[in-house]
Amino acid sequence: MEAGPTAKSALFDCRQSFADTLIELAKSDERIVAVCNDSVGSSNLVAFQKQFPDRLINVGIAEQNMVGVGAGLAIGGFIPFVCGAAPFLTGRALEQVKVDVAYNALPVVLCGMSPGMAYGELGPTHHSIEDLSWLRAIDGLAIVVPADPAQTAAAVRWAASAATPCYIRVGRTKVPSVSDDAATAFAFGRIDVLRAGADLTIAATGTMVSRALAAAETLAQRGLQVRVLNVATIKPLDEAVIVAAARETAAIVTVEEAMIEGGLGAAVAEIVVRHAPVPMRMLGVKGFAPTGTAEYLFDHFGLNPEGIVAAALELKGR
Amino acid sequence: MAVSPSSPGRAPQLAVSLSEGLDAAERAQRLRREATRIRRDVVEMIGRAHLGHVGGDLSVTDILATLFFGVLRLDPAAPRAPERDRFILSKGHCAAALYSTLAQRGFMPLEALSTFMQPLSALNGHPNRRKVPGVEANTGPLGHGLPIAVGCAIAAKLARASWRTFVVLGDGELQEGSNWEAAMCGGHQKLDNLVAVVDRNRLQQGARTEDTNRLEPLADRWRAFGWDAVECDGHDHAALYEAFVSPHKGRPRCVIAKTIKGKGVSFIEDRVEWHHKVPSPEQIELALKELV
Repeated sequence: MEAGPTAKSALFDCRQSFADTLIELAKSDERIVAVCNDSVGSSNLVAFQKQFPDRLINVGIAEQNMVGVGAGLAIGGFIPFVCGAAPFLTGRALEQVKVDVAYNALPVVLCGMSPGMAYGELGPTHHSIEDLSWLRAIDGLAIVVPADPAQTAAAVRWAASAATPCYIRVGRTKVPSVSDDAATAFAFGRIDVLRAGADLTIAATGTMVSRALAAAETLAQRGLQVRVLNVATIKPLDEAVIVAAARETAAIVTVEEAMIEGGLGAAVAEIVVRHAPVPMRMLGVKGFAPTGTAEYLFDHFGLNPEGIVAAALELKGR
Repeated sequence: MAVSPSSPGRAPQLAVSLSEGLDAAERAQRLRREATRIRRDVVEMIGRAHLGHVGGDLSVTDILATLFFGVLRLDPAAPRAPERDRFILSKGHCAAALYSTLAQRGFMPLEALSTFMQPLSALNGHPNRRKVPGVEANTGPLGHGLPIAVGCAIAAKLARASWRTFVVLGDGELQEGSNWEAAMCGGHQKLDNLVAVVDRNRLQQGARTEDTNRLEPLADRWRAFGWDAVECDGHDHAALYEAFVSPHKGRPRCVIAKTIKGKGVSFIEDRVEWHHKVPSPEQIELALKELV
């Protein structure tokens, strides 16, 4: 039986890693500015504001203007990190994201803070479970979902020099580390194979990656060798790794903290049906959530190791 | 297919097209001549494409001519020179007038205008910065230009640069709430390097603005948002020039340019149906006779 890595137990907040990295980059590159919507605290920009008071532009509670201002700053030669709670950044300002950022092909880094169901009890108005579906349909917009603080830091570093429109989910839900080496934790467009296996593939993103690793451990005890993929770049999707997973393991489970319609599962399926059709199960958020903490809601929707194991066993006919 | 600037690579030479030393009367006369060229182009382009927004194109023409020939510091051979003044046409449906202005100003060959809205032309029905040199932002959906312009003006302040930002808004488009988010922000940020021009022709696609969703008292509304608002005749080049260049320290300026939709063609002027109606060949001939 193959032993693979499992998630390490200590839990970390990706927002701190985001904030520290942004400050570090801003020190050496004067073009880096932050734009936010009265979210200095919730976007973890307090320290940035203290160090660079002029380079934090707080437009107030006005997301459409915030994204437009970001585009204008880019036209003026800056690299804006536009930060706001993910549901409002992507939902309220969707047309600005499409037209002002993506269609203009401007180097604006859209930072979706506290995505998914991180705001648990605040309810569906404050959940960002549609963002992956909405944004996947926008041409030229890269979508990055880091799984841990090291990946978040590396993704922010990539975004600062990528000179391309992009959206990064910056997680609030505390997660264990799934990266061995901070320096190589993230490469744009790369899917990381965190665990080898040929019986089944679990493709997970963001908060679900550590849960996928835990599920793989349980499945190994049941005699199934599971390949675990950390999909940190949702768009563009690493086709070769997906096709290889389909061909070599013949069954795929996808797991995401997002609506199934149009998210990671759909993106994987689009590739699989064209190149190597195999049975799949897609785990994700199914509709507007009831009241509960993020952790409670993960359990509610089966977005936990037990839910992943059950889907895997059902898929394998066990 | 993109239209390329004529000589990429050389050092930018940013300048106003017309000498700033001209006396007011001479400048106005030269701007009138440019405006007439643009109006004739617009009518011919729309006639050839059988598509376009002739009413708004003709109302915004004198604003564009005054800005591009009398005010903006640009280099057509270096359309992305960092120190250039920024210009954004928020009412992107009036792309024909912008394309003609850019061509007349040297950003692309005049012959390119004949491709307006033809398959695969760079000259789409709404402007695209990735394909047309001199276009600063892709616009079309209304209410996008002012937030972008506010961002540009903040950028110049942060960089301690002297370039300025001008944005032209339709009056009907002020019904979009995003404009007022940006107006509030521009006033708060005291962006005295920003000028927003409202093409106040009082007509929107379906009816008069005041019968649809009232805009008046428009100047007072801008003033309430912290702007220095002035009103002028939007077809008087000397008045427009003065409104664009006179100082407005500590506050962004809004120029409410009182215009006539369809200006210059008698049977199109101030008629709601000419928002995007296409003139017949006979009407084009009549229009060109009037535009001299």
